[in-house]
Amino acid sequence: MEFKRREAPYLIPQVSVSSMMLQVLAALVPAAIVHVWFFGPGFILNLLVAAVFAAGGETVMLGLRNRKSEAGLTDYSVLVTAALFAFALPSLTPWWVTATGALFAVIVAKHLYGGLGFNIFNPAMAGYVVILIAFPMHLNLWIAPRMGDLDYQHLTVLQTLQYTLTGSLPDGILFDAISRATPLDVMKSGLNNARTFAEIRAIPVMGDFGGRGWEWIGNFLAFGGFWLLIKKIIRWQIPVGVGLGLLVPATIMYMVEPGSHASPGFHLFSGATILCAFFIATDPVSAATSPKGRLIYGIGIGFLIYCIRRWGSYADGVAFAVLLMNMAVPTIDYLTRPHIIGHDLSADSGEADG
Amino acid sequence: MSAPTYDLGTLHGGLRLPGHKSASTGQAIIDVPVPAQLVLPITQHVGDPSQPVVGIGERVLKGQLIAESDGTLSAPVHAPSSGKIIAIEPWPVSRRYGENAPCIVIECDGKDEAVLPADMPGNTPANFTTLAPADLLTKILQGGIVGLGGAAFPTAQKLMQARTCKIDHLLLNGVECESYISCDDLLMRERAGEIVNGAQILMHALQIDVCFIAIESDKPEAIRALALVLGEINDERIVIKQVPTIYPSGGEDQLVQLVTNREVPSGGLPSDVGCLVQNVGTAAAIHDWVVDNQPLISRVTTITGDGVASPVNVRARIGTTISDIIELAGGYTDSAKQLIIGGPMTGKSVTTDRVPLVKATNCILVSSETPSPGPALPCIRCGDCAAVCPVQLLPQQLFWYACADDEDKMREFGLMDCIECGCCDLVCPSHIPLTADFRVAKGRIQELADEKARAARARQRFEARSNRLEREQTERETELAQQKASAKKAGPSAIAEILKRKQTSKDDE
Amino acid sequence: MWTAVITIAVIALLAGFGLSIASRRLPSDDGDLVEQVNDLLPQTQCAQCGYPGCRPFATAVVEGTAAINLCPPGGEETVRQLANLLGRKVIPLAESVEPCVAIIDEALCIGCAHCRSACPVDAIVGAHQLMHTIIESECTGCELCVAPCPVDCISMKPLT
Repeated sequence: MEFKRREAPYLIPQVSVSSMMLQVLAALVPAAIVHVWFFGPGFILNLLVAAVFAAGGETVMLGLRNRKSEAGLTDYSVLVTAALFAFALPSLTPWWVTATGALFAVIVAKHLYGGLGFNIFNPAMAGYVVILIAFPMHLNLWIAPRMGDLDYQHLTVLQTLQYTLTGSLPDGILFDAISRATPLDVMKSGLNNARTFAEIRAIPVMGDFGGRGWEWIGNFLAFGGFWLLIKKIIRWQIPVGVGLGLLVPATIMYMVEPGSHASPGFHLFSGATILCAFFIATDPVSAATSPKGRLIYGIGIGFLIYCIRRWGSYADGVAFAVLLMNMAVPTIDYLTRPHIIGHDLSADSGEADG
Repeated sequence: MSAPTYDLGTLHGGLRLPGHKSASTGQAIIDVPVPAQLVLPITQHVGDPSQPVVGIGERVLKGQLIAESDGTLSAPVHAPSSGKIIAIEPWPVSRRYGENAPCIVIECDGKDEAVLPADMPGNTPANFTTLAPADLLTKILQGGIVGLGGAAFPTAQKLMQARTCKIDHLLLNGVECESYISCDDLLMRERAGEIVNGAQILMHALQIDVCFIAIESDKPEAIRALALVLGEINDERIVIKQVPTIYPSGGEDQLVQLVTNREVPSGGLPSDVGCLVQNVGTAAAIHDWVVDNQPLISRVTTITGDGVASPVNVRARIGTTISDIIELAGGYTDSAKQLIIGGPMTGKSVTTDRVPLVKATNCILVSSETPSPGPALPCIRCGDCAAVCPVQLLPQQLFWYACADDEDKMREFGLMDCIECGCCDLVCPSHIPLTADFRVAKGRIQELADEKARAARARQRFEARSNRLEREQTERETELAQQKASAKKAGPSAIAEILKRKQTSKDDE
Repeated sequence: MWTAVITIAVIALLAGFGLSIASRRLPSDDGDLVEQVNDLLPQTQCAQCGYPGCRPFATAVVEGTAAINLCPPGGEETVRQLANLLGRKVIPLAESVEPCVAIIDEALCIGCAHCRSACPVDAIVGAHQLMHTIIESECTGCELCVAPCPVDCISMKPLT
């Protein structure tokens, strides 16, 4: 009897890039629902615009680079980029701002560096930083959470849609009525104005630990992150590293001068810390690869987030911290290479061989 | 009395594979009757092919030498049953994936008549301990014994190499970590006494004081059987070591690290760190030869997979073609699309079942076709491959450098230490065929090394030649200068004299 | 703002000037470089590049008088390696050659030994007036022995 020939091994992997990406998207769904609950349908619109432009950019670039289009879209990595990018944006963002960021992320930060697996910088963060610097006014328009006791005006779905498409609010509604600073903004300006941390915390919008509305999004993001950890889609080193890198200096500074520094807990639960720790920094392509390297990478990001929040002029430093550590990744990888079994042994037990 | 203990060292990475062994461990080893025809490849071992010492038409007896060792690394082949040599011709063999290689074909007469003990070379006394270790090694050399774990390295030469080092541990490899394979498990259950005796022979041959029998924790019956034997013989030097069920802890270097916590140097052998590793099947074969004068003419093989109706372990004569023994496993099912000699991670896929069972055949895996993993995506740098590599390599980096054909970097990152276990392939989300790429890259490095060696030799010869020509030139010049000087000293009359002499001798001719 | 622009531009000019002086005045490691280039060549000593051996060719390449694509036995691989080492552009091979070894038809050989002295690596053995043969493992395929043979008994056989 005759048989076919194959090469060993004769088992195939049970994991795939597309299943990994789908699980990441699934982990983001609870937080997305909470986001819409508190801040209105703007998030969905941003997500749609980002997804359409990201997918479009990916298809065009794959075509220009002579790669088959379906390979790029079916691995869902571009959808994850779009989703994380949408999480970083305020709910009320005109479509051209979202589109610019998404296109920059996919075309420049991903494909001009070589496509999936070759990009040095996190595409979502690179796209965010570009629009942060190009459209600073639009990215400072954060709306208030939809919580009964907070006295702000809220937009309906159609009004949100109108703003997203045209960039101007419906008649009769003023920016001041619907927008407010984020908890991090409030904290930063408050501390700069020499108010104490305790005073700032007393402001109703600051919430129980990280700012009303935002802290719940953070919680659900953490649930999603823990689920990814259990499924081994991400490893513990980066989230723990980010946490440590942020908490250690925050704790030290808070213990030294409790009045004029935000508490470590506040830092952990506000802004994009949890999103960064579990979803953004864990992007495998732009992160370090060895376990030790990942820990160092995470700690570096956490530390830079703290530095930018404390001493920089931006309220939240996640995007910059991630991009700066992306630059350090090749060095981290070089310095944390594991010991190969049988290499560089001491003279008495065996010769080193290369 | 020797309670199983857990491992001393740890193995980095590795995978917990589904066992698939229960299908074939349900029944005892079946003895295959001698078939009508036996096909013996003359190369069933690593090294130089053996040379046939029989002719076509000659009648041979069971255990008779039919091919002798040729060269420093070789092993003899013995007739597994009595019969007539009908051909010495090319035949498909598993070592070449179903391509032909020279084989000796024996038509069995059914009598299974054995060679008389008196005619066997190197007859051993009843108690092997009375033999000097060097004589014991010579005896083992004649038994045709090779590593039965699948590597087929000639055992006697391995022992002789080990003798040049200081060996303090004998490790018997009963780990059998790959899925589907269970021949060593059943061998340990049924022939524990012979295995232990084989260990004792090896310890005497190499004067070793400590022996560890390493068994995976998923083989409790085998552990019990061996513990029973050890309890009866009361040899305190032999201890069972239970290791966790992780693939590939059965690899030689990995086992040394796991059980003794020593790292085998890159490019070196376990004997460099004082260890000698032998498969339990090899130990039993050594017992059979040294004590019973039975050379290596049969072995236990697992026939399994969803391509056979009832998986089983068989003891068959070397040279039985696979098509002849499939019947014992219930024959082929409809899913029989792939024939693999070995396990699902490191086995050889062969094109035909006419290949004979050889000394290295530990498993015959008939399975449905391996599904195609789809096109490979670019590497997403997830790092899972490095997490499972037992040698602690960085397969991701090796892949980049293999694509770039960068020989120096590949060597630096340890490509030559890759044991091709296949763990990295199984965890890669981008479905990159890493192991196959590394095999190709290793071949490429070998090619580049050969080219460099050739170029270095040519350059050496060129420089030697240039030096030689230069030397000859200077010698000629000094000689000429000397002649000129002596001629000048002698004066013009002497020159005229010489010329006249030359003229007269020319006239004489 | 203009002060800043002018300052940076002046610094850049000074630095560039300093670097160009340094590259001209400070001693260069050329001798070492010739050795490195020679290491990359296949050592066939065939003179197909136009230079009487691999080392002269290496010296010419380092000096800049020879292009890097003149070595047929080295092939594309050598061109690429030389380009990498010297920071030059990869150019296609001037002439490509299949790797072969020489073989003497021993029946025709008259033992004149002309081929023996032509071989740059001494890969031909034979005594005067007696049959000669080529040591296949040492032959580099340079073809220098083919022309001197008066009876045309040497041919080139491709290496499989």
